[in-house]
Amino acid sequence: MDSCNCIEPQWPPDDLLMKYQYISDFFIALAYFSIPLELIYFVKKSAVFPYRWVLVQFGAFIVLCGATHLINLWTFTMHTRTVAMVMTTAKVFTAVVSCATALMLVHIIPDLLSVKTRELFLKNKAAELDREMGLIRTQEETGRHVRMLTHEIRSTLDRHTILKTTLVELGRTLALEECALWMPTRTGLELQLSYTLRQQNPVGYTVPIHLPVINQVFSSSHAVKISPNCPVARIRPAGKYMPGEVVAVRVPLLHLSNFQINDWPELSTKRYALMVLMLPSDSARQWHVHELELVEVVADQVAVALSHAAILEESMRARDLLMEQNVALDLARREAETAIRARNDFLAVMNHEMRTPMHAIIALSSLLQETELTPEQRLMVETILKSSNLLSTLINDVLDLSRLEDGSLQLDLGTFNLFAVFREVLNLIKPIASVKKLHVSLNLAPDLPEYAIGDEKRLMQTILNVVGNAVKFSKEGSISITAIVAKSELLRDSRTPEFFPVPSDNHFYLRVQVKDSGVGISPQDIPKLFTKFAQTQSTATRNSGGSGLGLAICKRFVNLMEGHIWIESDGLGKGCTAIFMVKLGIPERLNEPKLPFMPKVPTNHGPTAFPGLKVLVMDENGVSRMVTKGLLVHLGCDVTMVSSSEECLHVVSHEHKVVFMDVCVPGMDGYEVAIRINEKFTKRHERPIIVALTGNTDKVTKENCMRVGMDGVILKPVSLDKMRSVLTELLEHRVLFEAI
Amino acid sequence: MELVQIQRRLVDYTKSLFMEGFLDAQFLQLQQLQDDSNPDFVFEVVSLFFEDFEKLLNELTIALDQPNVDFKKLDSHVHQLKGSSSSIGAQRVKNACIAFRNYCDVQNIEGCLTCLQQVKQECYLVKNKFETLFRLEQQIMASGGSVPTIELGF
Repeated sequence: MDSCNCIEPQWPPDDLLMKYQYISDFFIALAYFSIPLELIYFVKKSAVFPYRWVLVQFGAFIVLCGATHLINLWTFTMHTRTVAMVMTTAKVFTAVVSCATALMLVHIIPDLLSVKTRELFLKNKAAELDREMGLIRTQEETGRHVRMLTHEIRSTLDRHTILKTTLVELGRTLALEECALWMPTRTGLELQLSYTLRQQNPVGYTVPIHLPVINQVFSSSHAVKISPNCPVARIRPAGKYMPGEVVAVRVPLLHLSNFQINDWPELSTKRYALMVLMLPSDSARQWHVHELELVEVVADQVAVALSHAAILEESMRARDLLMEQNVALDLARREAETAIRARNDFLAVMNHEMRTPMHAIIALSSLLQETELTPEQRLMVETILKSSNLLSTLINDVLDLSRLEDGSLQLDLGTFNLFAVFREVLNLIKPIASVKKLHVSLNLAPDLPEYAIGDEKRLMQTILNVVGNAVKFSKEGSISITAIVAKSELLRDSRTPEFFPVPSDNHFYLRVQVKDSGVGISPQDIPKLFTKFAQTQSTATRNSGGSGLGLAICKRFVNLMEGHIWIESDGLGKGCTAIFMVKLGIPERLNEPKLPFMPKVPTNHGPTAFPGLKVLVMDENGVSRMVTKGLLVHLGCDVTMVSSSEECLHVVSHEHKVVFMDVCVPGMDGYEVAIRINEKFTKRHERPIIVALTGNTDKVTKENCMRVGMDGVILKPVSLDKMRSVLTELLEHRVLFEAI
Repeated sequence: MELVQIQRRLVDYTKSLFMEGFLDAQFLQLQQLQDDSNPDFVFEVVSLFFEDFEKLLNELTIALDQPNVDFKKLDSHVHQLKGSSSSIGAQRVKNACIAFRNYCDVQNIEGCLTCLQQVKQECYLVKNKFETLFRLEQQIMASGGSVPTIELGF
């Protein structure tokens, strides 16, 4: 035995247990050395490992443990003290590191564990987001479908297309087996199958509207799942195992009247249609919420589209109606115009036709007056003449009335003798009155002016008509005519509150009252008196004849003269009083009336011939010229004829006393000639009297003639008598404008 | 034939002309103007009228034959004719002229052509009548009688 610092092991090395310990230690050391190697290898490989320091520590711990076990191997046999020292050092280090590691692990393990928790949390979150995204995607899909459907539906205003498109698109979007629309019938008691998807021509199934399931659907604005066995859903061919789920939704049918201006239409409408959607049978599909929402939205859109279509139909119908009415109105207007034209033509023709024989009668009667007659015969002829003048007046009346109604009548104002008018009326009425043994009296107020400005002819017509009526409707008694100047107290008559006459310096109001003791008029007939063609039906008047126009015309004339006419009567058998007031002008100078009118009846005064009177006749028409010449020659004039204006101006001289020129020939300006003649002869007494012959009866011609300085206008045709009086008048007064 | 009979026939014939509207009062005026100093006044005037008429008829036919009808000219011609016919009392001619003028106003060529025919017809008719009338008058004059004045009792 050496005295080496060797330490004897406790146990003999050859012991079996020792051998096993030796082997185990060896393997432990091996394992403990290879673990950090593995760790380093894999950590180097991995990208992220946050705890390197831990690894180092752990590595060191393992390595030292391995070292310890390795050194332990030498302690199984005799080993020196150095080995023991190393062993001890190693063990000490190992202890330190292990304790450190243990302490470190206390910190690290919770961290590691929390990493795991976070990972789990994130995984859950990811799953949730996935789910949400799936939801959003489906919603967006739904939205897209709705937009597309809406677009399809709203792109047409035709009701049928709208509904058909709805069903088709819904069917496609939701992959439905069948989709149907039930519309309420007119009676509103049943629902009728109107449109389906698959069946092309749905037979008119009807279902009563008051089924509980239908009420349920109608009372909710949501899509409602209904049983596949209910009547509205039983429209598929049978023979499937499991019918798919069915959903029904209401479609409100809005009416035009539901739309208020400010509010959205209240769905208080009672009318709904029913849309029924069926999923394919034998599929395990269920109705999802988003699909139901889609269906509801579509139903609303359809309602709106239908209402638009309805409004459009309505407005088109209204427009068609308006167009029809327009056409009808146009037609009516054209017919009215045609009628008016026809009436005017008729009146014009009748007027002309009536005037012609009248003319013959008047002409011949005046001719007859020229011949030798016994006084009796003369009286008869004068009466014939007067009557025919009255008749001529009546013809004028008819024309006047139509002109009055057109509003085209104007008063012919002029200065006239008021007293003469009344006297004339009296003279005309006296014969008839004396036959009926009626006493007629005329009272003219002392302050009534002798001359007045107004329409003499029509005033006389009015007075004559009123007095004539008085005579006509009186069988006996008396008639009194009173004419006064209306004073302001009397002007406001209580019976005519709407008439407010205002006298002035230039005008006065003539009030004429005609009182008779005849049959009178009952109060209810009084308003009808002034209407055209209406006559009272009492037996006494039925035979009196007359056209019923008289008072109507009088009223219009009186109105034109800014006056008022009315009739009072105390009743049947008590006579009646006719009163009228008209506005007349006061002439300023009473000595020189401007344009005296020739009375309608040509009087037979003056010389019957004008010997040697030099006259110039200008007329383009040969025949007409010859006739005029013949007339004048017969009257003893010395006639020169010219046929053109140049010739006329050439020939005219101060020797010619009168120049007759025809102005109704178009193209030849008679007016121009007149102006030139006026220029040629500056001194008035040298100038010949210029008279126009015209066939035109309008005021324009007359005004034109006056304007160019002509002295007179005569209407063609000219009778012998007329020519005679014309010449007389002209030579006396140097002026003559025939009442046209 | 007896003078009285011819005279009566003349009177009846004239009356019939008035009844049928061929003549109007103007013709009577013309007859009035005929006296010893002017024995053929009526005849002269009527002949002048028919001369005028032939000329105017020619003008009217030419005017209506034009491709572009000058309605103003047409109107003035018809106006002349109307004036002449009314001066001698040829009533129906005058009425036809009035209708003619209306068509001229509205520039209706078809109407004008129709009216022209009508005017022509009326003129020739009345010419015939006048010829008969004058022949009767001549017969009366030849027999030494005087043309009776017409008393027209309508």
